[in-house]
Amino acid sequence: MKITFTINGTERSVEVDGDTPLLWAIRDGLDLKGTKFGCGKAACGACTLHVDGQAVRSCSYPAKMAEGKVITTIEGLGGEALHPVQQAWKEEVVPQCGYCQPGFMMATAAMLEKIPNPTDEDIDNNIINVCRCGTYYRMRKAIHRAAAIASKAQ
Amino acid sequence: MDKSKNKKKGVKRRKFLKYTGASLALMIGGTWLARNPIRRTIYASAEVTIGPYPGDTTPQLWLEVTPQNEILLHSAKVEMGQGTFTGLAQLAAEELEVAVEKIKVIHAETISGNLDLFATGGSMSIATLWVPMREMAAIMREMMRSKAAEKLGVAIGDLSLMDGVFSAQGKTLTYGEVVEGVTEWDVPDAPELKPKSAFKIIGKEIPRVDLHDKVVGAPIFGIDATYPDMLYASVVRPRLVDAKMSNFDFSEAEKMPGVVKIVQEHNFVAVVAESHVEALSARKKIKFDYTPNNTWNLADIKEKIKVGTGTKTIIQKNGDSPKDIDGEGEIIEMEFRSPIGAHAQMEPNGAVAWYKDGKVDIKVSTQVPKITRDEVAKVMGISTDDVNIIPTFLGGGFGRRLHTPNAVQAAILSRAVGRPVKSFLDRKQEFQNDTFRPPSHHIMKGKVSPKGELLGLEHSIASGDTLFNYTILPKIANSAIRADIGSIRGGSIMYDGIPNHRAVYYHSDLPFATSFWRSLGLLANTFAIESFIDEIAIKTNQSPVELRLKNLTQEDAHKVRIRNVIKAAADKAGYTDEVRDGVAMGFAASIDAGTPCAQVVELSIVNDEIKIHKVTAAMDCGIAVNPDQVRAQVEGCICMGISASMFEQMDLRDNKLYPVNYGAYEMALMRNTPKEIDVVLVEGADFAGPVGEPPLGPIGAAIGNALRRLTGKRLTELPLKVG
Repeated sequence: MKITFTINGTERSVEVDGDTPLLWAIRDGLDLKGTKFGCGKAACGACTLHVDGQAVRSCSYPAKMAEGKVITTIEGLGGEALHPVQQAWKEEVVPQCGYCQPGFMMATAAMLEKIPNPTDEDIDNNIINVCRCGTYYRMRKAIHRAAAIASKAQ
Repeated sequence: MDKSKNKKKGVKRRKFLKYTGASLALMIGGTWLARNPIRRTIYASAEVTIGPYPGDTTPQLWLEVTPQNEILLHSAKVEMGQGTFTGLAQLAAEELEVAVEKIKVIHAETISGNLDLFATGGSMSIATLWVPMREMAAIMREMMRSKAAEKLGVAIGDLSLMDGVFSAQGKTLTYGEVVEGVTEWDVPDAPELKPKSAFKIIGKEIPRVDLHDKVVGAPIFGIDATYPDMLYASVVRPRLVDAKMSNFDFSEAEKMPGVVKIVQEHNFVAVVAESHVEALSARKKIKFDYTPNNTWNLADIKEKIKVGTGTKTIIQKNGDSPKDIDGEGEIIEMEFRSPIGAHAQMEPNGAVAWYKDGKVDIKVSTQVPKITRDEVAKVMGISTDDVNIIPTFLGGGFGRRLHTPNAVQAAILSRAVGRPVKSFLDRKQEFQNDTFRPPSHHIMKGKVSPKGELLGLEHSIASGDTLFNYTILPKIANSAIRADIGSIRGGSIMYDGIPNHRAVYYHSDLPFATSFWRSLGLLANTFAIESFIDEIAIKTNQSPVELRLKNLTQEDAHKVRIRNVIKAAADKAGYTDEVRDGVAMGFAASIDAGTPCAQVVELSIVNDEIKIHKVTAAMDCGIAVNPDQVRAQVEGCICMGISASMFEQMDLRDNKLYPVNYGAYEMALMRNTPKEIDVVLVEGADFAGPVGEPPLGPIGAAIGNALRRLTGKRLTELPLKVG
């Protein structure tokens, strides 16, 4: 079936079976490779993107549910400049292998929309993706830094 | 055409050392039929020696200057997060006299001829290229200098070089302008390298060279690679260990939408389809029978991996076993275990291949480009020159990509359908077909004098294969070396002050694939030794820090460095045996690949859960090429070590390995990560030593030791659980 949605500010259509996970529709259908496959069971968060502003694990989200919705992926997170989360990630030099990082940045950006100044406990409860290189320590610092950058910008 | 890579005739012979000898191969050759004492020397040197870089260090293979004034560094080492690309760029920039940003590091394709004969791994990339990379850059610089002098019509001695620009008598030439139009180069001998005091870029905390790509989600990984008109494949992989698959029935799978072809070739079966999801769905419809050879459960594995069972090799022998030591004293004995560990790297294994006109290009995340190339050529029956492995960034390595048969499979599938094919494992296949960290069993025995002195210490290890399962090693390696150098890593006793200290290894084959897992046996071996040392300290009423220092008596460089690291960690953390406000400290130390590391863990128990508040780590890798990235590796090892020490374990029930996905395979997450990680870098050597794995040593034991002091109970099995 043909599914149409707005992704990173542009209206796009994909022709896939409606039950195809949104992840594959975007990666292979639209060639946006920033959203990663990790587990296929919504267990690791590598595929996190935003649907209507909500963080969604796209490996377990049927493409047909995205019809008419607004999707943001890592490629569209920042627009012209880097998003405060990406900026903070850079300043703290967070990534190692880098594979899980888009998912973490998308999860963080969604959290900061709801909780602009998260406590460590907020971070522990909301950022539950998996990073095998163990960059969590720097991520926590980057999340606090991103909150500071975003609040300064306002 | 006018790239400096094109070296032609008229070139002077360079004299610098070309490393073609592979230390490991020499080691095996030299050990064949060797006597035990020689073997033990090898085991000992494997723990502290950095071998030569196993590959070609011709500057033109590694460095390329384009007329657009871009310097390309073609790296035979792959980037899997460890920061090697950044380190190599810093080493090259230092001698080339350019800013790091001027250098673009890319993976060397195998067709370029720039091959690492073995692998990226073992914490050896920067350590082995520390001299050769700088020499290659220095030679390149001098090649440029002499050509610049010629072009400008000035004497070489009159040229000055700054930020990649030569100047003399008011005239300037950039590197790019120097190479323009040049097809023949004089290659000088390696000039003298800059002394440490002159370093401007080495030792500087510049951001990772791949930072921007990784922050914007650039398509840099194997799974992101594409070719035009590409198809997708899913390969059938066994869910059962030690079982044969037969009687394949494709009738249902063939009818599934999008299926292009079902291929049964070489030793595998796969579906090729128009999309990834269609390939996956159709593959699940393939029916077949399993014939298990034997029934396996976890209890059978524990029975096999047991001190006293399997092939015995004495890996360290200084004096007698505790029971044979004369004189008064108490024998203390403890038993430890570690589980089967999964790699659980985030990017699943796979490859994208395009077979055309008898040649094949393969984009793949691999730690072994050269070995993969050779394997593809052999299986496809084509020349290695007709196989080009194009390495991509790796979504984690950790030893999981030391064998990448998916490249062969993708190549065969591409040939079978006449189009490019991308083939990747799903996560369940990853967990069930991992090359696991083998489980281990340890018996620590010590003899303590009435005065509380350690008279003897013996570590007996039982484990499975790591090195011996490595495809590059000939089968004779097993019987030649006898003790698997991977499994015994960190297994010897570093405390030379104990008059009798020994280590014994028992090897058994396992019914599932096992291989390298970041730091190999180091985590489990250090857990056993350092938990036991802590227990001795408690029994004899000594400070665990003092007990360790007291038993490191020799004045050789390694022992001095270990002592300094132990002191640095204890001082920085303010180590104490006392439990304060419900927070206990645990201390542990290890030396791996010549890099000593000591850690202090501070933890408490909150709601029946271990809560680690802080880890202080001191490490001496010699010169830190990029201290920020060295700290990142220490932090990463600590997080991965916490995960492996407190959560991770595989189960085996009726030949099936469990769990098969994240979540069920418990791992440390953000909430389990200490809020504070304090890294002290001690620079006790004048070379850049190994970094990526040594900090994984102490963490498990340090957690266990803190728990012992907090609860009074000694935990002897990983993962550590309370409540």
